[in-house]
Formats: sequence, structure tokens, C-alpha cells
Amino acid sequence: MGRTSLAEIVKRFGMALMLIAIIAVVSVLNPRFFSVSNFLIIMRQVAINGTLAAGMTMVIISGGIDLSVGGNVAFAGCLAAGALRATSSPVLAILAGLAVGVAVGLVNGLFVAYPKMPPFIVTLATLALCRGLTLVYTGGRPLLVDSRVFDFLGGGFVWGIPFPVLIMVGIYALVYFLTNNTKFGRMVYAIGGNEQACRLSGINVEKFKTAVYTLSGLTAGIAAVILTARLMSAQPTAGAGYELDAIAAVILGGTSLSGGEGGITGTVIGAFIIGVLANGLNLLNVSPFYQEVAKGLVILAAVLMDKLIHTTATQVEGVPLVGERVDAHQKQ
Amino acid sequence: MSNNSLRAGGLRQSRARLQQDSKANQPILEMVGITKRFPGVLALDSVDFRLMRGEVHAIVGENGAGKSTLIKILAGAHQRDAGTVYLDGRPVSISSPADAARLGISVIYQEFTLVPAMTVAENILLSDLPVRRGGMLDKRAIVSCAKDVLDDLGVDIPVTATVRSLRVAEQQIVEIAKALSRKARIIVMDEPTAALSEMEVARLFSIIHSMVEQGVSIIYISHKLDEVFRIADTITVLRDGRRVSTTPTSLLTLTKERIVHEMVGRDLGNMFPKEEVAPGDVVLEVKNLRLPGGPSPISFSVRAGEIVGVVGLMGAGQIRLARALFGLERIAGGEVKIRGKAADLRSPLSAVHAGIGLVTENRKEEGLVLPLSVARNITLGSLDHVSTLGVVSQRKERAVVDEKVAELGIKTPSIRQLVRNLSGGNQQKVVLAKWLTVDPDVIVLCEPTRGIDVGAKVEIYRLMGLMAWQGKAILLISSEVPEVVAMSDRVLVMHSGSVVCDLPREEVSQESVMQYATGGNALGSHIVS
Repeated sequence: MGRTSLAEIVKRFGMALMLIAIIAVVSVLNPRFFSVSNFLIIMRQVAINGTLAAGMTMVIISGGIDLSVGGNVAFAGCLAAGALRATSSPVLAILAGLAVGVAVGLVNGLFVAYPKMPPFIVTLATLALCRGLTLVYTGGRPLLVDSRVFDFLGGGFVWGIPFPVLIMVGIYALVYFLTNNTKFGRMVYAIGGNEQACRLSGINVEKFKTAVYTLSGLTAGIAAVILTARLMSAQPTAGAGYELDAIAAVILGGTSLSGGEGGITGTVIGAFIIGVLANGLNLLNVSPFYQEVAKGLVILAAVLMDKLIHTTATQVEGVPLVGERVDAHQKQ
Repeated sequence: MSNNSLRAGGLRQSRARLQQDSKANQPILEMVGITKRFPGVLALDSVDFRLMRGEVHAIVGENGAGKSTLIKILAGAHQRDAGTVYLDGRPVSISSPADAARLGISVIYQEFTLVPAMTVAENILLSDLPVRRGGMLDKRAIVSCAKDVLDDLGVDIPVTATVRSLRVAEQQIVEIAKALSRKARIIVMDEPTAALSEMEVARLFSIIHSMVEQGVSIIYISHKLDEVFRIADTITVLRDGRRVSTTPTSLLTLTKERIVHEMVGRDLGNMFPKEEVAPGDVVLEVKNLRLPGGPSPISFSVRAGEIVGVVGLMGAGQIRLARALFGLERIAGGEVKIRGKAADLRSPLSAVHAGIGLVTENRKEEGLVLPLSVARNITLGSLDHVSTLGVVSQRKERAVVDEKVAELGIKTPSIRQLVRNLSGGNQQKVVLAKWLTVDPDVIVLCEPTRGIDVGAKVEIYRLMGLMAWQGKAILLISSEVPEVVAMSDRVLVMHSGSVVCDLPREEVSQESVMQYATGGNALGSHIVS
């Protein structure tokens, strides 16, 4: 009993403890780290990856993966910038960016759901497609953006909070509601848990899968607009490796790559672990090369921990139920 | 059937004689005082178990009685907390599956451990593939060694075929051959006949006999008591982690009823609580339904409150019929009407819309979402009933789930318990609860009591009665003929893809059903052309 519940505590709060530990260590090593202004910087840095990770969380819970988001960010950003230069209307530019994101997501979803192609392959292909189309469209040159609205999107503050952070918070609130309180959310978990059982329960699995990837595309579109606004230009190579950071945040947050388990609250923590780590190592003057190494090690450690906890849990499987053990297994 | 058991009895006697002249009555394996504790539960409480050389020893008990824990300790998958294991009279320590294999103990689980893409021969010799000098595989030796093993078993399986291309029964034989090639002296078989047809069971039993004659000892775990009586020399009953009894099957006083009583710890009363429900209007009407490759069209109907059994040998088409009614199998022609309306059966989605529900034969793969809670599994197909504009009302959902849990008697500490942690019987009740919540007109039950213990079976039968009372039209497809005979108002018998007869309750008996199912139709009066 004691061991199981300890494992359960570690399982539920392990990553939060890890985040606190990283914050504590960096704070001791460099007092400048622990300040309101630095936390605002961290949050602004986390905003884009956090936004992508919100969509990615739903995709991974549904048992899939979306490798296309980085390329999608670049493509949607460049078309948004292009639309701004062509029409001078920031609203149209934002809509163009979101529409591209959604369209790429929809294509992913349709291919994954109806011909039942593996999501890894489909989104790998659309990643390459987006990257290529972006280079074709821009000729490889950055597109500068000059708009007061975009300045505000990227660098503005509301109540002292950076606007991109507010957007991220809004997205997390929405995704939380979606995953916990709606039929859609239920289906995302159920499909990830056992797609065939869902199909045989009369659920339109294809429709929900398409929707999941489309929503991931939407978060990529939002991230693209914010990134373009922050850089005041659309870079054809923007978003390189973003898909991996988003996946890392989701996995660090305790969502299982095999689907059906996990949740958006864990992803917040996962995204912050990555953000705090990068910021902390920067402040400690660690070379960016080593920062990548550190990120890799943290991900390995986290997944290993998760694996060990799951192994202790499976040892007691197949044993008749008795109240205590059952309670320890309860989640949700 | 009686023929079969006579023959098995004869073989048993000759084997008994054989045991007497060789190293007779020497235990090959003794497990003494085995105790295993899991957090919050005592899974095994000082259990003694003794396996004689060349014996088929069955272990029976309800789910959770400790059978699988005992086996896992023997296989090195679990470590015992107390007790000793003796092999050939010497204490041994089995701390990993590799230890068990080295000691000649092999377990054949329900999930096979074969590599589907490799050939039969390669699978049989996988742990010790013969190589020539220089490390090259000796393909000729692989083929001939594997052939030898299979010949010893008296079976004819092409050794160069890939395992993927074999049927389940043949894969199981490959698994057995693999164990023998590793010089296994003790083979544990966990529910070996769960997916086998009657003929395949007979073949498996003759393989077991030939292994026993070669001096291999078998531990046989099964829920099917008929088979246990046919094959086993000795039966050990476990209940709640304790050994209740160990009795030779040759003892005349040993009856199935006594074993069931010992397993359950109480009298079950009536095994088949059949409710008498006056049938209503015709709900399901199948007219000239043609399955691709099916020899003749199928027609039948089911009324409200009626349970219609469908029986046939494995592969006679009853599972295909069920899957066709649920949009999982293409229909080549004919018509299906539900309450007089033509039903569109292109996909499960449209079948559910038309008013059909299907309880599949494999609840873990197709019936349940294991990492989700009891509540979420129950409302899986009916979330629209408890939500407005896509937002689920927790309060309404809870009310529906609480009602079903009470109505069906689902034993769970909480409706938020993960369904994966429930026993097989309770999991099956969750599947039934899911469909009762969807509320279709027709419920097709495929093997509804497969792999669940005796007590839970009776509960499932009671729930069939409940569904009949609620006016559902029920199609019961099962390979357990006794349950079909006892629970059905009418029985359709299928033989190689066609419905060969439609027997009214008065004419249904185990004998009549089996006669038609095996292709004999001498009784002849109710043949449907």
C-alpha cells in the first residue's frame, strides 16, 4: 500500500516537483533569476511553445502525433506577413495566418482519419510540404511586418502581462474545458484509449480525429501570428524544431505517447520546465550548445521516471480488487 | 461428444498404467506453503501444489482465486513471499523467466510469444537457432529440427510458412513445439482452448496425450470444466488464494457440481436463470441476407423479448453474421429490417443509428476503453443523452451511471475506478451497461460469458433476462452450447455458412443442436432451405 501510494504521488506531482527543484537550484546559483521581471520574460518565451503544446496534447491523447506544427508555423507566418503587405489590413493578415494553420491541420486530419494513414508519416510529409512551400513563397527571404496591431500582439502588455501570455492562458482555459467537460474531449481520450472499441460503440471516430488535428493546426496558426509579431518579420526558417519542443512539453507533462491518458495541466508544467531550463541556463552563462544537451537529459530522465512508475503499477495488475489498492489507482 | 470422452477415459487409464511401471508416482514439482502478498491483498495463502511426472493436472478456480499468481511464481514472473519450490525433490530458486526456462518450465499464455513475420521453424528454434561456423544460420538444420519436433507431436504444419499465415490453433501448436524444443519438462497451459473449435480441441488433447507419453507434465488451467474432466488426471481447486481440494478425476464421487461448489464456496442454485418473457412484435427481420462467399442466403427474425441462440462449429459463419449485422462485414445482398424499417448497415455508426448493438467476443480489444473509468465507459456511446450543445453534464451523467451500476450489480468501489482494474465479469457488465444506455432495439451478444468465472456467468444470464424484459430482441451467439440451449427461446444452427435449421425451444437439446451443427440432419423436420 505504502509503495503504491508513493508511486502515485510521484506520478501525479513528479514533474511539478522537478520544476520547483530546477527553479530552486537556479535561484540559488543566480539571484537575478528569481524576480518578477524575469518570470515575465520566461512566460513570454514559453508562450509560443505552450500554445503549440496545447494542441499537441489533444493530438497525443488521441493516440496520434503532429510533426507538422513547426513547418506550419513558418508557412502560416509567411502567408500572414504576405497578406499584411498585400492588403495592409492586420485583421485580414491574422485571419490568413489562422486559416493556413487550420487548413494544414485539416489536411493532416483527413489523411489520418479516412485512409487511416499513420499520423507520424502524414505529418512528416506535411512538415516537408510546409517547409518547401514557405521557401517557394518567400524565395528564402524574410518578410518584414510593419503594423501597430502586430507590434501589440508581439510586445504589448495588458494589466502588466505580456499579450502572448494572455493568449496562451486563454487557450489553456479553453482546452481544459474542451478536454474535461465536452463530448469532444471525452472522445479524444476514448479514441486514444481504444479506437476500435469507440468505432464499435457507434462513435464517428473519423470526424473526431479530423477535428483534433485541425485544432492542432489552429494552435500552430495562432503561434505563427504571435511569432511573426514578436520578430516583426516572418522568417522562412521560423519554427525549426518547434514540433519537438511541443512534444517534449506534452511528454514531460505526463501524457502517455500511447494515448488515452494525460491532460493539459501537466503540459503547462512541461512547457515551463523547458522554458525555465533554457532561461536559467542562459542566466548561468551556459553555452547554447550545452543547453540542448541539458534539455535532452531532462527529457530522458523524465520519461525514465515515468516508465519506472508505470512498471511498479503493472506489477499489481491481475490481482483481485480490494478497496485500498483500488483507491490508490484512482485518477481523474 | 460422449464418444470423445469415452476415448479420453480409455487413454487416461492406459496412461495410468504407464506411470506405474516407469518412475511412478514421483512428483516432478512440489510447491509448498507458497504465499504471495500484494499491496492490500493476500493473493496466495500458504498453497501446496504437487505435480507428478507425466500427469495432466488441472487448476481451476474463479478469477482472483490465485491461479495466475501461482503460475507466475512458477514461471519466475512473480517472486513468492514465503514457501519453497522443489524440482525433482531439490529446492530451486526461480527469480526470472530465464531461470524457469533453464529448469525446463514453460508457460503457454493466451497471448502467444511468437514472431509473426518469421517462419514456423524459426519460431520453434528461436532461442537457440542452429548456426554453421562463421555465424551463418544453418537453414537446413532449422527446417529439419523443427520438423522433428512437430513429427513427435504428430502434427503436420508447413515449417516454412510464416506464423502470421497460420490459424490460431496452429500457432498454439507452434508455441507448444517451441517449448518442447527447449526441453521443457513442465508445460503450463493457460486457457488453451479459449479460441479453438471442437475439432481443434480434440487435436490439442491428442497432442497433450503424446507429450504426456513422452514424460512431460502438464499444468492445465481452464474455466471449461467439461474439458478439464476430459483431459486432466487430477484437479486442484483454488479459492480466495487457498487450496480447497486436490482430487484425481478417476474418483467416482468427483462431479462437476462438486467442483463448482468448491470453486464458488456456495451453491449457485440454478445455473441458468431463464426468464419466461412473452415475445412481442417482430423487431429484427433478416431476409435473404447474403455474405460474400456464403453458400446460401440467411433469413430469420427475432421478436421483442425473445432470445434467439445461434450455434455452429467454429467458422460456421455465426460470428460473420453478427459482424455483418453490425456493419463490420460487407453484405452482398438481401435485406435487414428493424421494426419494419430497412436498416442501413454500412458501418457500425449506421448500425447503431438503425438500432443494433453488438457485444463483441473480445471485450478488452473491442468492447472497453481500458484506461478510462467505469462511468466514462458506460456513457461512451450515449454522451448525447447527457450533454447539451456538446457540453457534458456531470450531474446527469452520474445519475445515469449510478442507475446502471445498481441495476446491473456492477461491483466497483467507485464509478471513477478505471475499468482496467475490474474483474472480467464486472468488465462484461460494464459493456452491457454501455449498450443498455445506448438503448438499441436489437442486441447481438457474441460469446458474452467468455473468460469469466462461474458466478459472474450466472449474473450475465440474469442480465439477459433483464434485457428480454425490457423488450430487446436478443441474438445470442456462443460456442458454449449448454448456455445457448438453456437461455434461448429458439436456436438457429449454422453449418458452413448457412442456417440449417431453426429449432423451437421444445426441440432444443445439446444433442439435437450438435447433430445439425456437425452437418448431420437426420432429424430433419425443421430444415430451412
